[in-house]
Amino acid sequence: MPKVNVAAPATRTRNEAARGFAASDNFFRRLTKGAAIFVLVLLGGVIVSLIRGSIPVFQTFGLGFFTTQIWNPVTEKFGALAPIYGTCVTSLIAMAIAVPVGLGIAIFLTELCPISLRRPIGIAIELLAGIPSIIYGIWGLFVFAPFLQQHVQPALIGFFGPIPILSAVFAGPPYGIGVLTASLILAIMVLPFVSSISRDVFDTVPPMLKESAYGIGCTTWEVVRNVVIPYTRVGVIGGVMLGLRRALGETMAVTFVIGNAHKISSSLLAPGTTISATIANEFTEAVGDLYTSSLIALGLILFFITFVVLACARFMLMRLEQKSGK
Amino acid sequence: MSLYSARRRRNARWMGLSVAAAGFGLFWLLLILAVLFWRGVSGLSPAVFTQMTPPPGNAGGLLNAIVGSLIMTVLGVAIGAPLGMLAGTYLAEYGRHEKLALVVRFINDILLSAPSIVVGLFVYEVIVAPMGHFSGIAGAFALAVLVVPVVLRTTEDMLNLVPNTLREAGAALGMPRSLVIRRIGYRAARAGLVTGVLLAVARVSGETAPLLFTALNNQFWSVNLNAPMSSLPAVIFQFALSPYKEWQQLAWTGALLITLAVLAMSIVARALTARTADK
Repeated sequence: MPKVNVAAPATRTRNEAARGFAASDNFFRRLTKGAAIFVLVLLGGVIVSLIRGSIPVFQTFGLGFFTTQIWNPVTEKFGALAPIYGTCVTSLIAMAIAVPVGLGIAIFLTELCPISLRRPIGIAIELLAGIPSIIYGIWGLFVFAPFLQQHVQPALIGFFGPIPILSAVFAGPPYGIGVLTASLILAIMVLPFVSSISRDVFDTVPPMLKESAYGIGCTTWEVVRNVVIPYTRVGVIGGVMLGLRRALGETMAVTFVIGNAHKISSSLLAPGTTISATIANEFTEAVGDLYTSSLIALGLILFFITFVVLACARFMLMRLEQKSGK
Repeated sequence: MSLYSARRRRNARWMGLSVAAAGFGLFWLLLILAVLFWRGVSGLSPAVFTQMTPPPGNAGGLLNAIVGSLIMTVLGVAIGAPLGMLAGTYLAEYGRHEKLALVVRFINDILLSAPSIVVGLFVYEVIVAPMGHFSGIAGAFALAVLVVPVVLRTTEDMLNLVPNTLREAGAALGMPRSLVIRRIGYRAARAGLVTGVLLAVARVSGETAPLLFTALNNQFWSVNLNAPMSSLPAVIFQFALSPYKEWQQLAWTGALLITLAVLAMSIVARALTARTADK
């Protein structure tokens, strides 16, 4: 800025200077707009390349690709049902554990925790949210799966054995690795996300509102239930959806412990697979166009699932915001 | 009176559950970190930083993996961060009320939430398949695709925090728009912009999935961007699943290194934002 001011009057007329500015201004504007458009192109590229890559599969198997369980690279028969099922089941179990626990942590941090501990615990949780998922995977493989195999799974099998339906859910030999183990690790991994976002949004509740509730004699639980949660509903849903997206797309934490078995088993203790684990395990070894194409089609399905979750979250948030706007 | 004690009991029950949830969650998270340090530190030695990844059954280090990770991360960020920053600038400064900005914002959300393995597939289709072989540059590009949405989002958020009065003051002095953005907007939001980049680095440095079939892996020393390149996460993946004790130990050590690096970057990023918040 100073340079321009000193140099301009001596060498250039006012108009020339203005033209120079206009040119560089235009250039910068075009540059940023170009970058923005490039982001669009990038996503377009992702979608187009995935669709192009999966065309052979849909030509060969049609919609049957979604409904078949068979996954046989030798006879070149592929079906996506088992990975889709695995992805959905592991994510749902993970969220069923992580959401209540995460909300519990958030309530603890905002309402119950001694002030001096709030910041350290809060920061620790946020840092944990940034730890790469492969760490959770390697821990799951070497520490958590053997522990489950020796101590937890036999107990589960024994406990649920006599109960009619649940005996099928917790049946079979305790392998250690399997759908349940993967779900639990996903839950641990998603936990910091859900709790740190919930804590952030709980913190946005105006103290006046909470104090008013306490002032008329509400207990802490009643304040949380009737003031904090209704006030922050939108943010909490956003946090849950973010966690769900992480869980759906998570690769490394799951690949280590799910067992990579292409079948749908009624038992949660049996090995299974998810979309991302299948791709990670098999893509570099895939020979033949159809095999590669099937894996890319799986990627397309995963992309579509996460997109639907995102769109649902957006839609829900919009509805809620409109309601609260009235 | 009984109503009151019932409410008290209910409160105690729920708050007890909340404390239990906190204890339960923190227990697992701390346990993972403790195990990681315990298993990882025992394998730390100078050899880790000076020797190549060993063949099965031999002792060795992680030098080629560490260097490979550094190269691909730096390149990925060097490609992705400027793009994200420029696009974020457009959203926050020029396109605030334009349709294009709305679309780009939504698209960016999709990219941000796209599973990283899908990004790997995309780069495989676009770069690896046409080239015919795996390469470090493909890995760097995959990481760049992950960097763009993170940086874009933080840049936009941070520029939006810059008060409009500052911009107006600049404009009133006769500064052209681009100078207002570069000299005032960027300067006021500097700490935030750096934080965004750091967060992006932290995110991609632990990414494994997109590297598996773009950069693949390399047992040997290689800085050739046109050849398969080793990376810490890929080595951890390969070594952890192997039956060899030495490899498994190296996997733990590598995992510890990544975690320390990521934690350090997150802490620096946090310190930067905390300092600007204090001002």
